[in-house]
Amino acid sequence: MCLAVPGKIISIDDSNTELKMAKINFGGIIKDACIQWIEDVSIGDYVIVHAGFALNKVDTTEAEETIRMLNEMSRLLEDEDAKGN
Amino acid sequence: MKFVDEYRDLKSAKVLTKQIEEVVTRPWAIMEICGGQTHSILKYGIEELLPKQITLLHGPGCPVCVTPLEQIDKAIAIASRNDVIFTSFGDMLRVPGSQNDLLSVKANGSDVRMVYSPLDAVKIAEENPNKKIVFFAVGFETTAPVNAMSVLEAKRRNLKNFSILSSHVLVPPAIEALLSSDDCMIQGFLAAGHVCTVMGYEEYIPLCEKYKTPIVVTGFEPVDILQGILMCVKQLEEGRCEVENQYNRVVTKSGNEQAKKILSAVFDTIDRKWRGMGNIPKSGYALKEIFKDFDAEKIFDVGHLEQNESSLCIAGEVLKGVKKPVECSAFGKECKPETPLGAPMVSTEGACAAYFHYGKNKFNAVHTDLVK
Ligand code: SF4
Repeated sequence: MCLAVPGKIISIDDSNTELKMAKINFGGIIKDACIQWIEDVSIGDYVIVHAGFALNKVDTTEAEETIRMLNEMSRLLEDEDAKGN
Repeated sequence: MKFVDEYRDLKSAKVLTKQIEEVVTRPWAIMEICGGQTHSILKYGIEELLPKQITLLHGPGCPVCVTPLEQIDKAIAIASRNDVIFTSFGDMLRVPGSQNDLLSVKANGSDVRMVYSPLDAVKIAEENPNKKIVFFAVGFETTAPVNAMSVLEAKRRNLKNFSILSSHVLVPPAIEALLSSDDCMIQGFLAAGHVCTVMGYEEYIPLCEKYKTPIVVTGFEPVDILQGILMCVKQLEEGRCEVENQYNRVVTKSGNEQAKKILSAVFDTIDRKWRGMGNIPKSGYALKEIFKDFDAEKIFDVGHLEQNESSLCIAGEVLKGVKKPVECSAFGKECKPETPLGAPMVSTEGACAAYFHYGKNKFNAVHTDLVK
């Protein structure tokens, strides 16, 4: 029910100032969503969308940092395993 | 998909599992509040990855499951009228009321439509001026602002034929109800990432302090959940209790200010009855008096209905994490997803349904579904 998924903004339609809309690409599937509640939003941003509304931008720096850290640790773990054998 | 697949990575899951093993020294019981997280936990077999000392308790965070029976009956009564087009998110359609569900009302000829967004329902109202369009507005704080926007949008477009049947529920009062109950076994919480995307996490700080219980705002993918558990276990082992944010790629401390503004403009906080948990003070939203023309309960006289649940069902204990679904004598027998006796078997995010769907193959789930 609270499912919300990240997608990339590919175009913005702000003709209605009370209901700004955008086309959003979810891994190849394009859907419309309202981006009224997101400040400083631009094409190329990732947003998290629920029931036709973008709830927030995805902070790509935070996301990439977490992934980088996990990949790094996973490599260390593999090295340790290799040494252990 | 970017920012999804990376969080289903088996290697990262293993790193986190190993870290959890390293920090844990004794048994801990942690509750994930959100049904979406329960679903992921069962789907990816996360309990099997964890050290035996850690027990995951599944919380009441599925709005579909906790919508009271009488509210479903009201929806059915409204949807059965000839002058109504009844619209709803898909997962509410098969929730059984005391007699039948919305899908069977549709099969009997009523106009019941599934929508992806409540804005679609507003559009239907515009296109059908001779019908009354009702939207079944359920959901937690994630969905409530979206539903509120449909009312504002209908008002802006000057529509007189649009209303919502409101059944919104709020997470912090439910956490408080769980923590203050005598049989509470919960030592730490994973809070619901998307609820906090809207609300932020400031309102969890007093709860955390009052009940000395760590709360970690957590995402929905397996790597998120494992990282949330790690952060929670670290706090428990170190004797800390703080609100921490695992899901910081999406959640900020104050949440989405615009969405919160809309919530307070459209809704009042009221006491609400939760299916399986009973009445919880200040745990729901209802439309403000100024929006009464958009309130389906005021427009349609559906009266006050009181309904009783099956006597076999132990949903109250399941929703509080006191018992696991498999401890219910009706689980998988009288009670199945096609013939649910109680709330948590209704939606795929309910704990009983998640156990039913993934329980059979949970030992290999993690290896089949995680990205290698
Ligand atoms: S298995 Fe069915 S009857 Fe038992 S607690 Fe769950 S919903 Fe209720």
